[in-house]
Amino acid sequence: MTDTLTPILTKFWDDPQSWTLATYERHDGYKALTRALTMEPQAIIDAVKDSSIRGRGGAGFPTGMKWSFMSPPDGGPRYLVVNADESEPGTCKDIPLMMANPHSLIEGVAISSYAIGCEHAFIYLRGEVVHVYRRLLRAVEEARAAGYLGDNVGGKGVKVDITVHAGAGAYICGEETALLDSLEGRRGQPRLKPPFPGAAGLYARPTSVNNVESIASVPGIILEGSDWFKGMGTEKSTGFGIFSLSGHVTNPGQFEAPLGITMRELIELAGGMRGGRKLKFWTPGGSSTPIFTEEHLDVPLDFDSVAAAGSMLGTRALQVFDETVSVVRAVARWTDFYAHESCGKCTPCREGTWWLRQIMNRIEAGEGTQDDIDKLVDICDNILGRSFCALGDAATSPITSAVKYFREEFEAGMTTPAHELFPPEKSVLFELPAPTTSKESSGMVSA
Amino acid sequence: MAGHDASGHLHVSAESKAPYDEETLARLHVDAAEVISRYPQKRSALLPLLHLVQSVDGYVAGRGVSFCAEVLGLTEAEVSGVATFYTQYKRHPNGDYTVGVCTNTLCAIMGGDLIFDRVSEHLGIGHDETTEDGKITLERVECNAACDYAPVVMANWEFFDNQTPESTIGLVDELRAGADVRPTRGADKVCTFKEVSRVLAGFPDGRADEGVGAGPASLLGLRIAKDHGWVAPEGASGSSNGSSAASSSLTSTSDGKDGSK
Repeated sequence: MTDTLTPILTKFWDDPQSWTLATYERHDGYKALTRALTMEPQAIIDAVKDSSIRGRGGAGFPTGMKWSFMSPPDGGPRYLVVNADESEPGTCKDIPLMMANPHSLIEGVAISSYAIGCEHAFIYLRGEVVHVYRRLLRAVEEARAAGYLGDNVGGKGVKVDITVHAGAGAYICGEETALLDSLEGRRGQPRLKPPFPGAAGLYARPTSVNNVESIASVPGIILEGSDWFKGMGTEKSTGFGIFSLSGHVTNPGQFEAPLGITMRELIELAGGMRGGRKLKFWTPGGSSTPIFTEEHLDVPLDFDSVAAAGSMLGTRALQVFDETVSVVRAVARWTDFYAHESCGKCTPCREGTWWLRQIMNRIEAGEGTQDDIDKLVDICDNILGRSFCALGDAATSPITSAVKYFREEFEAGMTTPAHELFPPEKSVLFELPAPTTSKESSGMVSA
Repeated sequence: MAGHDASGHLHVSAESKAPYDEETLARLHVDAAEVISRYPQKRSALLPLLHLVQSVDGYVAGRGVSFCAEVLGLTEAEVSGVATFYTQYKRHPNGDYTVGVCTNTLCAIMGGDLIFDRVSEHLGIGHDETTEDGKITLERVECNAACDYAPVVMANWEFFDNQTPESTIGLVDELRAGADVRPTRGADKVCTFKEVSRVLAGFPDGRADEGVGAGPASLLGLRIAKDHGWVAPEGASGSSNGSSAASSSLTSTSDGKDGSK
């Protein structure tokens, strides 16, 4: 029986100067790399495969399998690219991880690179987090000086170096092929697949694109063994993950736990709902995953259970909204986001999100028309599965799930503005001065 | 002069075409060579180079586009096509401090909308507009990966957690007054837009060791685990990545790492 919470990557985030090499080494840092260098690269891939770890960036594809799908070595370069473009609304695990414990990622990159035959790895960090960028640059510098990176890693003649690359503000660059285009100095637009990055990725060479948390979990698997990893979580969702609670809970925060913990347990750990109010809806894995309600509180938060209940585990971005919140307003804002971030490459997403936004905004304003709900669902149906990448699909998730659970609120949007039904002042987390005239704040009018 | 419209075009004023002076140009070339050397193919240097020209001009000026095109062997159209795709590249002169209020769903509902409205009213500018003194550019920003600290405001891409309308108004007032302002999680002070742009081009400013490792929300689960003596199971290394506590027992032993109380 595993404990409710299992601090591993978060274990020493409270150390003063938790981000330095000295602190990391004091907590067994780089021991896994030393061990890995005594192993054959294939043995590392086998260990990661055997751990059954599934990607922590949302899609849940088995990491070891991704590595073994790469085209076989042909003497040319092979690349590891870490996706550190954490931008999915609600997702806030990789950024604090890299701020507090960047060396766990650097060690993971060194081991993973050695395993797949990569000599030059990249960390693609979103550009809007300058202090995290400083920490990563510093960590690479320290690791290089200590011989954990460079031309002769660990004195074994292994070559691994890392370039930490800052993006410039584009959600779509979290999509792995758009990320690669961006890293090649282009507009971040997704590529047609196949070929998959494992065959033709960065500079058309075999490439593995992996999430920060996935790679940071590799040292533990090497040092403690895949059985240790499999000893946590469920049979098909092994191991641990960072669960991020935000919104209307008493104490939002990060919780590192075996996969399969429930939302009921997590909300309790977070001190319950704010002011004892009632839960209305929540996202299991960010805004791109269909919303859940109170009836899903006991769904084990693992890949398969969440999928069976009609959503996706995604990035374990648990955004909690209480009874004061208009689901129409929440969904309208997410729709603004997808319309803003649509890269424009494919028609269903570019045009579809634009129309979804028009309709959601008028329903929020109480100016919806009789056939707007059907129109929304119909447009979603024309985007889902027909867009070039997952962004279009994602844009439909909040809408179709919200219509499913809260259709009456969309119907109310034909006559009554959301801010009248659910005064926004009641949802805010700070004390407001003496009641002023209720003024709905504007939607995202320009972006 | 609240008045730049966000038309989506790269605004190229005549003055933005004025050539760099010799010294600046020489330094840009040295820096650009360093950036290019980080990549197997030089076009990959374009994003950091656009951050770099912003560190000189405060936005992507026409001459910045020309410079990037020249050193990378691209056309100006190719460079502009990239510069206009990403929101961090400014198409007109930016203020010394970009203050971005998160108005994505979660932060908006937790108070971000109200904060944006109040700050906008206070400064007399809207989204993507700059105060007349050239100090503050106000923006609505998308989710910045700090939802457990909602509502969140970013100042030159440093975190200001758990904001209120009053705290953010205080922030912009201090920035306008030229005071050093300390982010909640970040460097000891908010650097200027140009300084931060240089860091984003990959040139460290020596501030990595400043500030905290983690804020209280990031540490919440860890603190609760310590209070309960919850630890990860023991692994093959014996000392365990997770802990040194016995793993098989139902009630985990609270070991030396239990820092609670």
